[in-house]
Amino acid sequence: MTPLTTSALPSPVPAASLTTTSEPPRLRTDKLTAMYGKSTAVSGVTLGFPANQVHALIGPSGCGKSTFLRCLNRTHELSDGGWITGRVLLDEEDVYDARVSAMVLRRRIGMVFQRPTPFPTMSVYDNVAAGLRAGVRLRRGETDEIVERALRQAALWDEVKDRLRGSAMALSGGQQQRLCIARTIAPAPEVVLLDEPTSALDPQGTQRIEEVVVELKGDFTIVIVTHNMQQAARTSDTTTFFYLGTMVETGATRQIFTAPRNEQTEAYITGRFG
Amino acid sequence: MRRIASNFMVGLMLGAVVVAVLPLVFILGDLLVKGAGSLSWSFFTRLPAPAGQSGGGVANAIVGTLIIVGVASLIGLPVGIGAGIFCAEYSGSRLAWLTRFVADVLNGVPSIVVGVFAWTWIVARQKHFSALAGSVALAMLMIPMVLRTTEEMIKLVPRSLREAALALGYPRWRTTLQIVVRTTLPGIVTGSLLAVARIAGETAPLLFTALGSQFFTTDVTQPMAALPLTVFTYATGPYEEWHRFAWGAALVLILVVLALSLLARLATRQRFDLNG
Ligand SMILES: Nc1ncnc2c1ncn2[C@@H]1O[C@H](COP(=O)(O)OP(=O)(O)O)[C@@H](O)[C@H]1O
Ligand SMILES: [Mg+2]
Repeated sequence: MTPLTTSALPSPVPAASLTTTSEPPRLRTDKLTAMYGKSTAVSGVTLGFPANQVHALIGPSGCGKSTFLRCLNRTHELSDGGWITGRVLLDEEDVYDARVSAMVLRRRIGMVFQRPTPFPTMSVYDNVAAGLRAGVRLRRGETDEIVERALRQAALWDEVKDRLRGSAMALSGGQQQRLCIARTIAPAPEVVLLDEPTSALDPQGTQRIEEVVVELKGDFTIVIVTHNMQQAARTSDTTTFFYLGTMVETGATRQIFTAPRNEQTEAYITGRFG
Repeated sequence: MRRIASNFMVGLMLGAVVVAVLPLVFILGDLLVKGAGSLSWSFFTRLPAPAGQSGGGVANAIVGTLIIVGVASLIGLPVGIGAGIFCAEYSGSRLAWLTRFVADVLNGVPSIVVGVFAWTWIVARQKHFSALAGSVALAMLMIPMVLRTTEEMIKLVPRSLREAALALGYPRWRTTLQIVVRTTLPGIVTGSLLAVARIAGETAPLLFTALGSQFFTTDVTQPMAALPLTVFTYATGPYEEWHRFAWGAALVLILVVLALSLLARLATRQRFDLNG
């Protein structure tokens, strides 16, 4: 595995792993606490994300899901007053180690946001290639190939293959969000974080994204925040319930939704609050 | 009743619009009537005729204005844009606060004071008038305008766009230049063009610095003619011929300013929709 402290690009596709218990999770947190100045948004979360699975984070609004997610790729520290205690480990390497470059880390842990964020001045093609250009220089042909593959994986290729040079802003909201997914996976990160990626989309756009997310787990480890419990049930292998900044329960998605152990979890998934 | 009140308000607003637009129409009309007659080939290509003689042109003043405003832009735009980017990117820092404060004060300083300042620090020390001193004075007027518009434009770029770039592993400086500034470039260009248009007609600072000249020169260390100075000198002169020249020069000046403003509009028209 590429060490974080070098600036080399990570290997393209992480090998599919068998989910054996002996293998450490691809990404995990250890007593992670996230602060905004003096106020605590996430407190003491220890959680692991095995490779090549979809992990859903659910919980009522304001319970710290986004903050937790943003700690994983060190974008939390971009917020005013954002700081953490505890550890985040990618392949058992502490991403908050002083020798780790946040820029290199973010190329290994990609992120898709709540609202589509295509770069307005760039074409469809350049948007997908944008992340590649942050890393090592590629040959033209190589870039073409990677852009096409990323767009195919994001189920957008057929819709945009004739307008690669056109503005990304001409796409629909759902297409823009899939473009952002393509942009995120093009540099071949190991982990893809999605923060309520469908909350700004219509049902049809939502369904396309969900299908893409499930497809992507063959190549990536996925952590998806959602306030939509059906979405968690449909897409994820494991589900974690957050409440008031703490992790209440985590487990296989089927177990969380059919036999939750915690009564707060049960209250939430049965729709009694949140 | 509500309807009457509403109509009344619309009427008031329309009245305000007319009052706002009429001066431009009158000025343009007046200039066209009085100035168009003196626009001839020789007006654009010849030097001013010696006092009392007829004929001649304002070629030196046209070239002089281009040079003085051009040099002022070379100084003012990079400094203004650069400082504007700084203030937007490090908006919480003390230096940004101080810069913003100085810019706001400078924005309120009358241009004649800026002219006197340039005279004291450059002309008086070098012991002669120069176009460069004029450019410095105009640049000082430009910088706060460009700085503030650049900053405001950059602040319009949604935070999410910046974060999307950083989350892709972009270094901060590349995020700023390639994503944030690039996205808002049409706005910055518009602000810059408006600032250029705004200083092109400044007269007071040039009276103390570039001074004006009857001769053709491209040497910025020497006194140089400029259209606003031509208007000023000729309009206050004793000859009928001079007055016609003043109208002509004023017309050329306002056409240049109008063209710059139109360019600025065009630049914003092509602006990308940030909110998609
Ligand atoms: N930029 C910020 N500055 C200060 N507090 C914040 C900021 N962002 C979020 N918070 C606070 O942190 C808590 C968790 O927010 P968030 O992680 O966005 O929750 P969720 O994504 O689950 O809705 C909330 O109480 C919220 O008010
Ligand atoms: Mg959130």
